[in-house]
Amino acid sequence: MKRSPWLVAGHYTLLCVLAFLCVAPIIVIFATSLRQQVQIFAEPLNFIFMPTLENYRAVLQEDKLDRYLWNSLFVGIVSTVITLVLGCMCAYGLARFRFPGRNAVAYTTLLLRTVPLAVLAIPVFMIWSQWGLVNSLWGLVLLYVAVNLPFTVWLLYGFVLQVPLELEEAAAIDGCGPVKVFTKVLLPLMAPGLAAASIFTFRIAWNEFILALVLTDRSTRTLPVAASLFITDIGVDWGKVMAMGSLIAIPPLIFTFVAARQIITGLTAGAVKG
Amino acid sequence: MRTPHWVPALFIGPALAVMAAACLYPVISAFQLSLFDWSMGTPWSSARFVGLDGFVSAFSNARVWSSLATTLIFAAVCVTAEMVLGIALTLALEHPVRGMAFFRTLFILPMMIAPIAVGLAWRYMFDAQFGLINAVLAVFGIAAKTWLADPTLAFAAIVIADVWQWTPFVFIMMIAALAGVDSSVIEASRIDGARWWQMTFRVKLPMVMHVIAITLMMRLIDAFRVLEVVYVLTFGGPGDSTEILALHIYKTAFVGQQLGVAAAISVLLLVVVALLSWGALRLSNPMKGDGR
Repeated sequence: MKRSPWLVAGHYTLLCVLAFLCVAPIIVIFATSLRQQVQIFAEPLNFIFMPTLENYRAVLQEDKLDRYLWNSLFVGIVSTVITLVLGCMCAYGLARFRFPGRNAVAYTTLLLRTVPLAVLAIPVFMIWSQWGLVNSLWGLVLLYVAVNLPFTVWLLYGFVLQVPLELEEAAAIDGCGPVKVFTKVLLPLMAPGLAAASIFTFRIAWNEFILALVLTDRSTRTLPVAASLFITDIGVDWGKVMAMGSLIAIPPLIFTFVAARQIITGLTAGAVKG
Repeated sequence: MRTPHWVPALFIGPALAVMAAACLYPVISAFQLSLFDWSMGTPWSSARFVGLDGFVSAFSNARVWSSLATTLIFAAVCVTAEMVLGIALTLALEHPVRGMAFFRTLFILPMMIAPIAVGLAWRYMFDAQFGLINAVLAVFGIAAKTWLADPTLAFAAIVIADVWQWTPFVFIMMIAALAGVDSSVIEASRIDGARWWQMTFRVKLPMVMHVIAITLMMRLIDAFRVLEVVYVLTFGGPGDSTEILALHIYKTAFVGQQLGVAAAISVLLLVVVALLSWGALRLSNPMKGDGR
């Protein structure tokens, strides 16, 4: 059925308005980071200005930004790799084997996914103190792996189920053991799921702020924690904080533009059969 | 084919061990901690067992009740607005058009950006003197408002930020759900002479009711978990007008340094979220069904 041109024009107009609303605050972050201090406190609607890298330079010079950047990258990448390895093994085990306690494991995993991080902050602070993991990057990695596993297992479980059982049986008849079936047959077929899971895990580990604030010190701080320290009782150092905000926002922006389809698969997994 | 019994353990064991040690164990410890009086900075051995005193002092504290009320209103207002807006936009825009993939990419950006960056962006835009929002209002002749210094407006600000961030989620879920509806059913209702509203409310929406329910539960659970955006945007202020429960827990523990009492309040939040999660699992358990 052909739609009238007016209807189509209205459709695109609404889409453009919504897109603008979604993007505007993000543009504000980047635009503010490129302004001089005096401009930040005046003329909010003046969009024509000489961009300056002054704020970035100030952030780089005054703080141990390279250190925080390295911490964030380390925690983000290591957490993601470990979560993916453990997560896809667990998803495969839950999807393909029947064993006593399987339902209990599945339910607990799903319930853990919804635990508020504020609830975790206090006991984790206590336990990590006892284990000597406070102020250590590995302590943060352990925590991020644990909080990301439930979602990762859930997401990958659906992808395992989509792989035809016959493929695995054929490989088994050809003499592959269960481990080889998993690595040679299943993993390559689950690539889209692994991509989605890695983006979601990296996003949490890279963006997370409250637990990192509680569990890190001067030398193990991640970027979001360092950024939050520019917010003080006497005010916010907007130029610098937005420069930090921009740096934090860049990797998720790249992932979104490269892999939007996988992200949408991840968002709708479990609720919408796609 | 029979698999040896150690094979499932090999696949599931490592993930299970990590989740048990670093997620389940802390949750259980929250219950234990709630029975102790423990100040931050002192060793755990100096903690004193006080039984339910932590709960008594939490529940007799008016600020706990007011922050629970704030949380409930916040969740109700945000989730209602997001569901209504999200579904309305889906109905207006469900017709497939060229370039939709690009627009969807832009729509998921608010969910992907760090909450701390989201909080910063809105805090800057809501600023009374040099904020973008007052400047835009001024163009329409509306007087500047002190957004983050007024209790009601500050609450509106945290709602606006959440609605901005999560309405696209409802939209994405609904677009995907409606795209999966069997078009022959829609066609049949059209041939039977159904009007637009009949087709929408009697045919389409009932067919995706399941997805609507799950989306609603997911949003509700997440609304109770919100913390970081509010931390940056208002830090609970002015007064305690935007102090949601998660933030109250954080402040009690790490500003007030009363870890035991904070743990007692966090048990309260945990129970609320666990009940909602249980409801969500009853609606849809993606891991039910039999393995091999």
